[in-house]
Amino acid sequence: MNLTPLMIDVGVLVGKTVTSLHFHLVTRPTGRAVRMAIEAQLARAGGQSISVIDLSDVTILDFSCADEVVAKLLQGHLKTELYEAFFMFRGVRESHRDQIQVVLERQALSAVAETDTGERKLLGVVDAYEARVWQYLEDQGPLVVEDFEIVFPEPMLGDALDRLRGRRVIFSNPVSGQYHALSQLVQELL
Amino acid sequence: MNVFAVPAELDVQVVDRVLDVAGQTKTEQTLFDARHVRWIDPSGMIGLLVAGAVIKKRGGSARLQLPDNSDVVAYLKRMGFFREATGIFEILGRVPKRASGSSGVLLEVTPITANADVHAVIDDVQKRAGRILASRLGYPATSVVQFSVILSEVCQNIVEHAEGPGWVAAQAYNWTKRLGRYVVVLSVMDVGRGFRHSLNDEHAARYGDRWGDATALEAAFLHGLTRFPDSGRGQGIQQIRRQVQRWNGSITIRSGSARIAQVPEWDSAAPLVDGLEIFPGAQISIILPALT
Repeated sequence: MNLTPLMIDVGVLVGKTVTSLHFHLVTRPTGRAVRMAIEAQLARAGGQSISVIDLSDVTILDFSCADEVVAKLLQGHLKTELYEAFFMFRGVRESHRDQIQVVLERQALSAVAETDTGERKLLGVVDAYEARVWQYLEDQGPLVVEDFEIVFPEPMLGDALDRLRGRRVIFSNPVSGQYHALSQLVQELL
Repeated sequence: MNVFAVPAELDVQVVDRVLDVAGQTKTEQTLFDARHVRWIDPSGMIGLLVAGAVIKKRGGSARLQLPDNSDVVAYLKRMGFFREATGIFEILGRVPKRASGSSGVLLEVTPITANADVHAVIDDVQKRAGRILASRLGYPATSVVQFSVILSEVCQNIVEHAEGPGWVAAQAYNWTKRLGRYVVVLSVMDVGRGFRHSLNDEHAARYGDRWGDATALEAAFLHGLTRFPDSGRGQGIQQIRRQVQRWNGSITIRSGSARIAQVPEWDSAAPLVDGLEIFPGAQISIILPALT
């Protein structure tokens, strides 16, 4: 496992982008500038990376910025084969959640979010079975397939794990065969 | 010279008459006679600015006779109306040095021409919005965030789609006659190219003969279409509608010859009206009522 860890404080990036006393992530050009700053850091990391996108200091997050900083960021990195990037959004407040959920649903994406109270959630498009599998890994991981099969004996388990891995909301180690929750990787690496 | 007698109570319900004047007037001189105005709300103020700006844009000139009522003039001052009006109107009457008026001012009349203006508005509104939304409307303290998101999205509509200047203002007041409770009125207008022209290149062909101001408004308001091919666009108005509905509020958009509305049970407005006087640009009004 050779994941480069990155900690990205969105509040700091907003502060560099706009002249304001507050860290309001509003207007599409601001969101775009913040996303491009994140992407520049990711490009430098190259290969495989796991980033914590910290929204703790962001007071107002509008839909345009949620689209840029969450949906377009994820979308762009799911498409590219240049490098494999994983993201966890930290400091997600109740007041951010609706905007993030809406933009993820619109683009059929999912994302791992850690709320401001430390709770981890899977946001966006996710069915109930996938959510249970993801939560089990979150609570019990790292796990191999056989560990999952004890709790999830259904034949659809494999497909669910593939989909979660494809959306990069879990990490699968090709060497050990273990699945890792992103939050566990973040704890280990950052 | 055209003389338009400004209605004595110039609020969101009668502002159409001011905008109609902007639609009708060609290049001549127009006098907005506001001497008898006793009451004006954010929609009324911005309506006047927009009407004057449209006339000026067409090569005409606009004069504004100030209200006789000194409280109204002082309130206009308090709302920052004259900062904007002096560039548009020849003002007849004395502008007071001192401002006075309502403590329910949520956002003064503010010009929106660039994204930096949207940031400034969002910064500015934080000072008062929480207190006013809680004390006048009974909304939870967190509602300031949703209100700010609405504000950001409607202001961005000017910058991204109108390609022309606009203004925003918001005020809380007691809507005694109509609802018997407090409301917040948020008004945003621009003198840009309107919804139909914004969407024309991308969507008109698909609608064929049915394409017009009303279908353009339906496309944007109900289906989230924008002129951008990017599928992440167009969420702003959809989500504003959803939040306004949660608060049992109303939202109307007038552009070109049409107006579309999301109508709560307390309002009797028609959901879609066509055949209005042509109004270039767009007018967005949001009314948020106090919790009962």
